[in-house]
Amino acid sequence: MSTSTSASGRSTVQTNRAPRVAAYLLGALLLGAMLAPALAPFAVDALDLANRRAAPSSLHWFGTDELGRDVMTRVLFGARVSLAIGLVSALVSAAIGAAVGATAGYAGRVIDDILMRITDAMLAIPRLPLLMITAAVLQPSVPVLVLLVGLAGWMETARVVRAEVLSLAARDFVAAARAMGASPFRVVLRHVLPGVIPAAAVATTLAVGRGILLESALSFFGVGVQPPTASWGNMLYQAQTTMTSEPWLAIFPGAMIFLTVLACNAVGDAIGAARG
Amino acid sequence: MIRFVVRRLVQSVPLLLVISLLIFALIHAAPGGPLSTYLENPNVRPEDIERLRKAMGLDRPLGLQYLSWLWAFVRGDWGFSYADGRPVLDRLVERIPATLELIGVACVMALIAALPAGILAAVNRRFDRVSSVFAVAGISLPVFWFGLLLQLVFAGALGWLPSSGRASFDGGDFVDRVVHLILPATVLAAALSAAWSRYLRRAMRDTVARPFIRAARSRGLSERTLLLHHALPNALPTFVTVVLLDISMMASGAVVTESIFAWPGIGSLFTEALGKRDYAVLMAFLMCGSVAVMVLNLVADLAVHTLDPRTRDAA
Repeated sequence: MSTSTSASGRSTVQTNRAPRVAAYLLGALLLGAMLAPALAPFAVDALDLANRRAAPSSLHWFGTDELGRDVMTRVLFGARVSLAIGLVSALVSAAIGAAVGATAGYAGRVIDDILMRITDAMLAIPRLPLLMITAAVLQPSVPVLVLLVGLAGWMETARVVRAEVLSLAARDFVAAARAMGASPFRVVLRHVLPGVIPAAAVATTLAVGRGILLESALSFFGVGVQPPTASWGNMLYQAQTTMTSEPWLAIFPGAMIFLTVLACNAVGDAIGAARG
Repeated sequence: MIRFVVRRLVQSVPLLLVISLLIFALIHAAPGGPLSTYLENPNVRPEDIERLRKAMGLDRPLGLQYLSWLWAFVRGDWGFSYADGRPVLDRLVERIPATLELIGVACVMALIAALPAGILAAVNRRFDRVSSVFAVAGISLPVFWFGLLLQLVFAGALGWLPSSGRASFDGGDFVDRVVHLILPATVLAAALSAAWSRYLRRAMRDTVARPFIRAARSRGLSERTLLLHHALPNALPTFVTVVLLDISMMASGAVVTESIFAWPGIGSLFTEALGKRDYAVLMAFLMCGSVAVMVLNLVADLAVHTLDPRTRDAA
């Protein structure tokens, strides 16, 4: 994120309602995911054999799949998996990125060089194909998948944090802290990192959206979340063969991915623009 | 300039070593390593696997295996595809033209949309509102879902366009090939043009806010001249950099788009290889993808040098 935004960028945030709507939408999605067992019209594995492959109706709002499972129920339960992967993987990315970026920025010289070359190397390897191979090799459970997606996404945060640390470390209050005898560890943790939080928050919000996209892409290729656990990505994976006859199986989970990522990006953009 | 290029190439060697080490370690982390395909096959006896392991040198220390793999790779000996026994290099090379065609057309489409949109969004508030919505939507769109929807509408319901492939079975004439390109190129271009128009808008805004633009305006230049002849050339270096870096990231986009539309490029070769655990092909794909990223990084720097005379002394 560049740090310069014109004054008009600031005013758009105040007048523009889109980010607020996006934030409410994210909140609603989170709530819906948490309350899925209560909200879902059917049990998650309930089969309605009389209504298999049924188009959306007043009984099954989003239709049913080839086993007669209610798609809306599965989308709600899938939200738990997809949102959890997006959020937790973003936190993993943020933690690693902050650690790497802060160390590189504050330690400088050789350590900075080594860490940034590793960051460059990780950025150069095509992210999705790398993750697809890793997932195919490891056949991960959901927690491992979260870790993998997080491990694939810390580089942007590391760069942002490093740049912020570099500029903050040159400021007088940091020199003052050092002069008062604070250890480098304390200086970074108590004086520098708090100043990095806004920039890191933007990078992390955007990483939530990216994590959800990555998970859904992995699951879409059959190497992510494995059935019978529902995630938006693997619902799409199962839907693609019957796309022409039962399009609702693909439309709803995909629309959820789109809306969620859209909301994450809108909120991230708004925070980025607001801090100027 | 030449010294700059040489220095950057020398710098990229350790980077490539790190990448190759990462990729090598990953493939060997697979249960059974490169032989895992045979492990799952009930027709292959354990003693055969042991023999293969010896014959392929997989019983040697890992470090030694890495070095011999690296040496072979540098010499262009990329091994053989497990799937059909042909040299990996041949399989990759024959797929490259299709991918370049797809990415090239998608980039041109994206630029045609992004250039005017980015410039206009930087100066016109109302247009900015609308284009922002489209841009954020374009960036957030899951590529595979968008692809499926386009197929559903334009190939399925309307029947206007073919749903997959690069040409009809009989080879197809020029029109046939163009018609096959439309959907996959649109999918790729959508995300690119959204991101690019944002970059350009940002770069233009930052430029327009600078004093020399106010000075030029006060000299009575028209807004059009200001934008196109004063602001744009100054915004272009940043824009060109991000565009080239984005293109270098296309390996991921190509994998998804090509496999949805059965486009016979390296992206779909990757998904085929993934399904068959064809590690030699997968490794080569990742290495090529990484090299492409670094080459385009270098091209981006050179482009900035050419576009922005001020950076030349710094090198």
